[in-house]
This record gives sequence, structure tokens and C-alpha cells, in this order.
Amino acid sequence: MMHRAAISSPIHLAVREFSTKRSIAFPSTQKATPKGEPTKVTRMNLFQAINSAMKIALETNPRTVHFGEDVRFGGVFRCSMGLADEFGENRVFNTPLSEQGIAGFAIGMAAVGYDVIAEMQFADYIFPAFDQIVNEAAKYRYRAGSTADVGGLTFRAPCGAVGHGALYHSQSVESFFAHCPGLSIVVPRGPKQAKGLLLSSIRSRDPVMFFEPKILYRSAVDDDVPEGDYMLPLGEADIVKKGSEVTLVAWGTQVRRCLEAAADLESQHGISAEVVDLQTIVPWDRETVSRSVAKTGRLVVCHEAPMTNGFGAEIVAEISAKNFLNLKSPAVRVTGFDTPFPLAWEEFYVPNKYRVIDQVIKTVQF
Amino acid sequence: MRFIRLCNPAIRRSFSTFSAPGLFCGKAPIVNSLAPYNLSEKLCDVQKPIPVFQQLDESSNLVPGAEFFSGMSDPDILDLFRLMVKTNVMDNILQDIQRQGRISFYIANFGEEAAQLGSISALKNDDEVWTQYRELGCFLYRGLTTQMATDQTFSTKEEPGKGRQMPIHYTMIEGHMQSVTSPLGTKILHAAGAGYAFKLDKQDRVGVVYFGEGAASEGDFAVGLNFAATLGSQTMFICRNNGYAISTPTKDQYAGDGIAARALAYGLKTIRVDGNDVVAVHNATKAARREIIDSKSPVLLELMTYRRGHHSTSDDSSKYRPPGELEEWSRPGKEPISRFRDLLVDKKIITDEKYEEKLREEFRNEVIACIKNSEKKLRAPIDDCFTDVYAEMPWHLREQLEGLKDHLGRFADKYDMSIYQK
Repeated sequence: MMHRAAISSPIHLAVREFSTKRSIAFPSTQKATPKGEPTKVTRMNLFQAINSAMKIALETNPRTVHFGEDVRFGGVFRCSMGLADEFGENRVFNTPLSEQGIAGFAIGMAAVGYDVIAEMQFADYIFPAFDQIVNEAAKYRYRAGSTADVGGLTFRAPCGAVGHGALYHSQSVESFFAHCPGLSIVVPRGPKQAKGLLLSSIRSRDPVMFFEPKILYRSAVDDDVPEGDYMLPLGEADIVKKGSEVTLVAWGTQVRRCLEAAADLESQHGISAEVVDLQTIVPWDRETVSRSVAKTGRLVVCHEAPMTNGFGAEIVAEISAKNFLNLKSPAVRVTGFDTPFPLAWEEFYVPNKYRVIDQVIKTVQF
Repeated sequence: MRFIRLCNPAIRRSFSTFSAPGLFCGKAPIVNSLAPYNLSEKLCDVQKPIPVFQQLDESSNLVPGAEFFSGMSDPDILDLFRLMVKTNVMDNILQDIQRQGRISFYIANFGEEAAQLGSISALKNDDEVWTQYRELGCFLYRGLTTQMATDQTFSTKEEPGKGRQMPIHYTMIEGHMQSVTSPLGTKILHAAGAGYAFKLDKQDRVGVVYFGEGAASEGDFAVGLNFAATLGSQTMFICRNNGYAISTPTKDQYAGDGIAARALAYGLKTIRVDGNDVVAVHNATKAARREIIDSKSPVLLELMTYRRGHHSTSDDSSKYRPPGELEEWSRPGKEPISRFRDLLVDKKIITDEKYEEKLREEFRNEVIACIKNSEKKLRAPIDDCFTDVYAEMPWHLREQLEGLKDHLGRFADKYDMSIYQK
């Protein structure tokens, strides 16, 4: 039973499944690129890429809305610039200041067929919405035997270290939600991935938590972001740098730190590291990680979130079992500490490249 | 006889009563038409707004007979003015140094000095206070020194939080000022709990919480008021209704008669006050406190004021403020500091026409000196990343601390540790 405006093109329906294809899909409707013409690309930073994805979502499905605190004037990170003016204040609007309100209201709209892009102003503030998300959104389909669902629901929230965010503007919260069956969780590493992943998340038939590393909103720039409509498959990791001696798994901002570490490891220590961007936290691409570890024999998972029960624990548990006989050393993690996120010692708290390099050397020398 | 009694509307009413335990006072009149519910009328035509209490008008004329800080000496009254000015001077300088990149963040209090100082000065010094983040004047009144403030904004080891929080997130427990934290509305419940504890302890103490009209949209607000009223907490809820929650104007925040009307719905007494009138704010707070202690039940104050500055240094309010609005609220008399000053001049508590100018100069020098001190101070040692998570450091934090020190030893040349205490 279709609960959202039917986009009847078979290409759209296919892309809604978790695709095993690695290529970027361009399934747009009226704006399909004619055969033979190169895809038009442009320079965008992360907030522009998010803005572009939301604009396309609002354009291609008239039963799409976007709301949250302060989105009317463009949003505190400018992700929503121009959307209220273009699509009207009925579809793009400020809500009163309440995360539980944003979540519950969004669920209600999605339940009756809307695609909802609901913003939480900071991931640190998502917790009043936890009951709505965990007990309602995540369980909507299961308890109704798929006769009802809130697949049109996408929650977006800025996450992660920003240099001065301290306890309440720096948190990574993916672990809290990864523990809840029924939710998908996505974390992009840059503009090109963010736009395609967000469009897939919006069009996914499951509720998605989309966490955007806030430090990258301005600082991450890609020169080749496709201007038009495209989607990147959920549930697929991306091998960002090929290597042979150790697999580094990360997401979001941490991918950049791992790439820097990999560069130094190569040039200064002669160690070849493969860097994998997980992209989707749940359901994660165990296949890609496992194939990589089968090749390298070593796994180091890196995330900003605290060590205990961070998503690294899940990856290590699975890979230690699946790749036991491949492993030349214990699968380990480099993470934030088991403390609230402190401003004064942020440079040590995040898994900076030196902490990553230090652990890789130990792993290789095991 | 019986026929006459039935015709008499006064007597007939006494038979038209509905009793149910769920009703306020256990009973309510019965009506037989939908007219009393005003269904097709505009809400603000039928529900009169709760009036605004004012003592000092915008020309700085005190209402005849208005209580003027009774029980306070002239120096104490002048001190309120001094602290309002000091809040403003600190705001100007600290906001500037954020623009210079010397601190990472700042939230100013422009326009809300009377709301802060008027209320905090009417409480007892051991009333436990939870603030939002726009209450520097309250902290100053309770004893936060300029040095303590800059030590926090520069994330030094000297402040109680040891540099863990963002700037302006002060903690001053010895002054009964709980930590400023970023999440909104959570503290409304805390004050409800503390007020109940004070009742159990039979103390002449109140749990106090400050919050904006935006934070009042959070679930914690409704729950906090309901708990405090139902359980009977000695709690004062102080809402600074300043017109904006970042870019969100009040028309996007609520449709009812502000925050005060909600207090009535939950069974609290409420006073709505001109938040830019320091005398009214003080008198209303004093009266509210007396009622809280006498009745052992909560009261809500709604202080109508205006946020003259940006939400924070991460905001540019020119993007959403309608033209002319800021100028209107900044004009002398509407603006709280000048309004109070002119009264104090009138009362001859201020006699030097250059008094404010000299005061600002004095505070400016003090703030700049404290900034220079704080800038030289060290951050707390890295061990303090791991302390205070629990009362006793558990094994896994100890292991992570040791691991970090080990790493810093091996990679010593990669880090500049000079800013941290050893």
C-alpha cells in the first residue's frame, strides 16, 4: 500500500530497495539528463549540498514538508536557505521550541503519507524526542504488519566536534539510535555524499536518522557535486583510499582524520592503510568491511563518540567473528573517551591523526 | 412558594452545579447553550490578556504609592543600577573579544538587565537558582566577580567547571547559582523538585528557575508546572519573554496569551510584569516569594522584555528582525538602564551627571584587566578530562587516562602542552 505520492517510474521504485550496485543513480523525472550529455556538476559546500537535496525533494514530491526550529529564515547552519520562500510557509516552517514536538508531529504527518524532513537543531538536543523516535517511529511498521509505516520520515541533525562546542554542541549520538531496531542511520563525509545520501534517505521506505558533521558545513567543499537529482545507495560503505596492511573504518569528519593519518603512515612509516567510510551506520555494510579485513588482516575503527558501546564495538564484534582467521592482531578502536565532551581538551578527545597513527603502529607491530 | 423559587435565577443556579473530583474546586456551573464557549469569536476578543504590572513608566515616573525598594538602603539600590551597567559593559567587551577570536563564543544580555537584577534582588540569598544562559546580572548579584567570569569564558583551570563548558556557562554553587547548561527547559523541572525538598525541610527557601518564552515550549515546562502545583513545591518560575528564540518570533512560538496564561491552567498563581521596569520586577518577585512561602505552592512570573542583541555570537539578528523594532525598544525610557537611572537621578540617589560615564569607565578597566589575567592562565591538566565523571574514577577511565598520557609521551613533539597545567 503506497502511503506517499506515487512516483511511478520503475527506476524510482528500484532505487528504494537497498541497492547492491555501487554506481551513482540518476533517476530524476522531468530533469533526466539526456543521453550523451555530461552530468552538470558544481561547487558546493556541505550546507549547500543539503539545501540542494531538500530543494529537489520538495520539488519532486509535492507532499514533502520540511520543518524545525529557525528553518524559516534559513536555519542556524543555512541548510534551509530559500526553501520557505520557494515552497511556501505551509511546507517549510518554524516549529515551537520542542524536539519531542518536532518528532511526534513529523511521525503524524508521515503516517498519513507525507515525506517529512524534520530538523533537530543539534543532535545534542535530540533526547526529548527519544521516546517518539524509539517507541513510535521505529516500531510503526512492525506493529502494524506493514499496513502502516512512517517511511517518509527523515530526521536531520548536526552532530560532532566543532572546535568549541563542549558538552552540548559536540555529541555524536548514532549509538543511542543504532541500538533501536527499525531505524536507519546515515552520516555523510562531504557534500557529494551528503546530497545523494540525503535524497536516498528522504525517499527510503524506512525512517532515517541523518546526522551531519557540523564542522564540515562550510569547510567541506566538493567541486563536482551533480546539480540535478541523484541518489547514493544506503547500506553501502565507500572505500575512500585503497591500502593493504590495515583497514581503518570511520564516518563523518573522522574519515578526513583517517585519510590524514593514512598519508602520514605511508610517507613516514611505510604502512599502507585502507580507509573505509561506513556512510550508513545501520544497516551497515559488513560485506565491504569484511572483504577489506580479509585483505589487510587488521582492523582499527575510529569514531568521536565515547568508547563504551560506541558503534565501533559492534563492528569489532562482528568482524572479530567473521574474519577471525584473517586477523593478524586484535580488532581495536580509537575513540572519544568515556567522559562528556570537554571543551578544554577537545584536541585530545577527538581521535586526532596522531592517536590514529599511534594505534595503527601498535596494531601492525602486534 | 416553590414556583417562585424555581423562577428565581439566583436560586435556580444553585441547582445547576456539576460536581466531579476532576474539577477545579470540585464543581462547576452547568450551561445549556454553546454560547459561553465563544466558538466563533476571535480568541483575543473574548479572553482578555493577563494585565502587565508596572510601577515605573517609560518617562521614569514612579506610580504614586509604589513601593520603592523598601528595606533596601540607598547604596543597595544604587548597587542594582551599578550591576545593570556592569552587565552591559561586560557584554559589550566580551562580545567584542569573541569577534577578535580571543574567546570562542558569547551570549549577551542586552535589554534584559532590569528583568535579571529586579528579580534576583528580591530573593533570599540561599534560594536555589537555575538559569538558562541569559542571566549574567543574576550571577553578578549573587557574587560572580569579573575575574571569575573571564576565567570561565577563557576556559581556565580556575573556574569550577575546569574549562569543560562553552563560554558563559557559569557555575557558582556557593552563591546558590546552579550551572548554566545549553539544553533548554530541563531546569524548570529541577526547580520544581528543589522547591518540594525545601518544603519537606520546612525551610524558608525557594527553588527558582529562569527561562525564555521559547524554552517554555519544551515538554519540561508543562510537566514542571504540573508537578510543582500538584505536589506543592516552593518554586518560582521566572519566564523572560523577550520576543525571540533565536530567529523565531513569539507568533511562531505559541498562539495563546503568552506564558502566564498557562500557569493558571496548571493551577499556579501568576503575575505578568513589565520586564524593563526594575521596580515592578522587584516588587512582583517579592510578592510572589511571600505567596510561595505562605501557601507552599508555586508562582510563575512572566517578565515582558525584549532581546536587544543577537541570540549569540553565532547569530545575526538583522536577518530576521523587522525594521524599526530594535530602535523602538532601545529608546531611552523603554530601555531599562536609562529608565532606572533617570528615576535614581530624580530621587537624588545619583547626583553626579557623569556618574554612569565614570561607572562604565571603571568597569571597562576592570573587565580588560581581568581578561588580561585570564588570558595568561593555564587550562586544567589533562587528568581533569577524566575526573568528576563519577565520584571515584572507575577502571576504564583510569585506563583511558593512562593510555592518553602514554600516547602524549610517545608523540610529545606533536603537541603544544604549554597551555595545560602539568
